[in-house]
Amino acid sequence: MKDHLLVSVRLLVVFTLLLGVAYPVAVWGVGRLAFPYAASGSFLRKDGRAVGSELIGQAVTAPGLFRPRPSAAGSGYDGTASGGSNLGPTSKALADRIAAEVARARAENPGAPGPVPADAVTASGSGLDPHVSPAFALWQVPRVAKESGIPAADLERMVAARTEGRFLGLFGEPRVNVLLLNLDVLSRSGRRR
Amino acid sequence: MPASAFLEIGVYFLLILALTRPVGVYLRRVFAGERTLLDPVLGPLERLVYRVAGVDPRKEQGWKGYATAILVFSVAGVLGVYAVERLQALLPLDPDRLPAVPPVLAWSTAVSFVTNTNWQAYSGEATMSYLTQMAALALHNFLSAATGIAVAVAVIRGIARAEAKTIGSFWVDLTRATLYVLLPISFVSAVVLMSQGVVQSFAPAAKVTTLSGAAQTIPLGPVASQEAIKELGTNGGGFFNANSSHPYENPSPATNLLEMLLIFAVPAGLTHTLGSMTGKPRHGWAVFWAMSLLFLAGAGVCARAETRGNPIHQALGVDAAAGNMEGKEVRFGPVDTALFATVTTDASCGAVNGMHDSFTPLGGLVPLVNIQLGEVVFGGVGAGLYGIFVFVVLAVFIAGLMVGRTPEYLGKKVEGGEVKLAMLSVLVPTFCILVGSAAAVVSKAGLSSLANAGPHGLSEALYAFTSAAGNNGSAFAGLNANTGFYDVLLALAMFAGRFLVIVPILGMAGSLAAKKRLAESAGTFPVDGPLFTFLLAGVIVVVGALTFFPVLSLGPAVEQLLMAAGRTF
Repeated sequence: MKDHLLVSVRLLVVFTLLLGVAYPVAVWGVGRLAFPYAASGSFLRKDGRAVGSELIGQAVTAPGLFRPRPSAAGSGYDGTASGGSNLGPTSKALADRIAAEVARARAENPGAPGPVPADAVTASGSGLDPHVSPAFALWQVPRVAKESGIPAADLERMVAARTEGRFLGLFGEPRVNVLLLNLDVLSRSGRRR
Repeated sequence: MPASAFLEIGVYFLLILALTRPVGVYLRRVFAGERTLLDPVLGPLERLVYRVAGVDPRKEQGWKGYATAILVFSVAGVLGVYAVERLQALLPLDPDRLPAVPPVLAWSTAVSFVTNTNWQAYSGEATMSYLTQMAALALHNFLSAATGIAVAVAVIRGIARAEAKTIGSFWVDLTRATLYVLLPISFVSAVVLMSQGVVQSFAPAAKVTTLSGAAQTIPLGPVASQEAIKELGTNGGGFFNANSSHPYENPSPATNLLEMLLIFAVPAGLTHTLGSMTGKPRHGWAVFWAMSLLFLAGAGVCARAETRGNPIHQALGVDAAAGNMEGKEVRFGPVDTALFATVTTDASCGAVNGMHDSFTPLGGLVPLVNIQLGEVVFGGVGAGLYGIFVFVVLAVFIAGLMVGRTPEYLGKKVEGGEVKLAMLSVLVPTFCILVGSAAAVVSKAGLSSLANAGPHGLSEALYAFTSAAGNNGSAFAGLNANTGFYDVLLALAMFAGRFLVIVPILGMAGSLAAKKRLAESAGTFPVDGPLFTFLLAGVIVVVGALTFFPVLSLGPAVEQLLMAAGRTF
């Protein structure tokens, strides 16, 4: 018993140094050298200042831009409070929230075609989903075109250019990165001015 | 469900099938003490570990010595994690100035990580310093996984040996599992994950000004190193609250596939190791196929339920085409999320890439049942193999009863002692799940934590105790688990679900190791081939169904009917 305890403590010390310190530091070192952008957070800059991370969704309130999904992270896209709503399939609170989101999305996008895309009115698991479905992006095009003055056909081309496909044609779902798309929209409307 | 969903599940399964033999052969070489490709690098490191720790690698242990070593090592581990959590504000690498973790939460988290559960009653980014994440939590992602592999290997030795007093050395198995298996695969995987955008940073949280002019704080940390071992070790404790649905933990469908492969790699490989170390490769494959049947059934049911979506929401004008998207990421969608949920609960991983609480009732039933069946569908690293060993013993016992013969398993008589120990290791988690959930739903302290009303509330409490006793760690996360009631009871369930299962199983291994080997005769029930595969799968399902059918019908089954009828709570 005493022997076991002595060995346990010594092993814990050795493994703490090896697995708890050396291993993560070594991974960090490789990341710095090989993938400085990706390993440090994929931060995007515009006019010299960081405007967000390519991988972390952000709330969009400015007109003329594409909107992300609803978010349950804090008061919405709060990076320090990742998480979903955790409301269940028969939750009245969830049904009421979705009904309100449907009404809001319809009011905001009067010219939008067809039924409301599911991701437009549901909150993601992380609350920080950086993507929307191509369907939801295209659904917003009439509104963005009106607000930004960019022709709808051009916006549709921009959405298509930012649409990422499935991995190996099979895994995951097609998606559009909202921040990258909005940066495209801003650089285009900047040129027009 | 679209045809691509079947194809996707099928391709994932084929990849696991392809990995099983190479991983299994490598594991056998590592634990038979044979030379491996990594010896030139790891050999000196291994000998250094033994020298510093004062371990004589040639000295083997009997099952009691092996079990005592595990218990002492684990209790020392719990105390170590607790100390780091409580002292983190005084230790380095706390750039966001997080205070000490409160005592009850620190205790339950320490138990959670040492038992390979990784139940999280806290939000990682707001509670744990970088040092706590690395040197306390991720450390035990390695060590609890290595402990599981060690127990599995000791069990295999118990089956393979005859008239033997020892089943190996825990210290050697622990060290070799860590150095030769977990560390190299984690390192390579962490590098791949980083290339895709998983962060590995010691900088404090980044502050940015968004395109709309608002301030956004984005926590960072040493995530990639932890993410790799979290999946490979079937631990599941996320760096962030949102776990593998967080884009910094799982940024793309490619990383999602890698993470799912890491979860099943070692558990699937161990079935091959079982076959090759006992000299009965076809027995290993028979076990593999029993697991595969249950995996494919679970993945199919879950993906179908999630792609069909929620009729209550569809009646509100939501497009039905994308399925149930509440709690899911666009990049994964319903199929990848359902597949991940099945994999993570077949194994005792518990990482999630979407919120199980928001699954449809049938979709949420699958992860719940997977854990309740004992996480023996590939299962946790090591834990899956020693878990299925129990069901194998029960299966040959039942086959023996049917023909009125003393059952045998690979040349060993299975007698009353082994069957009693097998039943004990089945009943302990069952007791924790059913009694714990019952206590939760009849007490104010238990009910006040529920986030959802109606049958879904019962499912939430049931899932919590299921996940804790099964050492899974995933959750119907609406439940507020950071209360005295849940912190204490769930930690007890985790402890019992881990060690009160490991100890009887090691006892069975020790008892089998001591027995004489009998020659096979015409009356020996074959443990290879399809008959055994179906018997084994059948025993697992029947034991699980008999135990949990009543509570499952009051929770998810009723809720599915009410959802179809449009009822909300």
